[in-house]
Amino acid sequence: MSYEEKGTWVYLVVSVVVYGVYVGVLLSTAQGGTLADVAYVAPLLWTIVASVVAAVVVRIVVEVVRPSESYRSDERDRELARRGVAVGWWGVIAGALVALVLALVEADYFWIANAVYLGFVVSAVLSSVTTIVAYRRGV
Amino acid sequence: MGGRPTRVTNSIRALRFARGEMTQAELADRVGVTRQTVIAIEQGRYSPSLETAFLVARALRAPLDEVFGYPEDTPDGT
Repeated sequence: MSYEEKGTWVYLVVSVVVYGVYVGVLLSTAQGGTLADVAYVAPLLWTIVASVVAAVVVRIVVEVVRPSESYRSDERDRELARRGVAVGWWGVIAGALVALVLALVEADYFWIANAVYLGFVVSAVLSSVTTIVAYRRGV
Repeated sequence: MGGRPTRVTNSIRALRFARGEMTQAELADRVGVTRQTVIAIEQGRYSPSLETAFLVARALRAPLDEVFGYPEDTPDGT
């Protein structure tokens, strides 16, 4: 597995796990109450910071455990990444559209912020899965 | 998605062995791509850019159409 493909796997796993932890924190804080009343701002900001830090740390750990042959990307890596971004973009669009509708109906800020954030996560999942499938099956 | 993703065929593997058993890593180094990309091209899982195709042919000291091929269209145009 190339350095860039490993990076894509790390991006996927970190995105999903960190978002899972965030949702878990929200649900446990709400304790069966209304989600929109949960103080979500600090957990959301910490989640974004944690995802960046976790991505870097996991990347380093993976390279220590299974070092790559080279650390450069080539034309295939770049093409597959472009395909991923093209598909992942729909996650951002969907998140923005949902947030727009929520703003129009004057929903709580909680739902608007979380719709946008979920859009980012969906985008990360779509793009990394698309790229990984392209690595595995070919293009 | 099934079968080979590309119709481009190649004889890289045979030519590598004909050129003193050049390894995939050596070919990758000469062309400037990763070994995984050489493997993907060999297995028909990736169609390289024209520039990389020329570099592969040069590294294997063979004309481009000896390294890469493309099937003739059938009479019904498929």
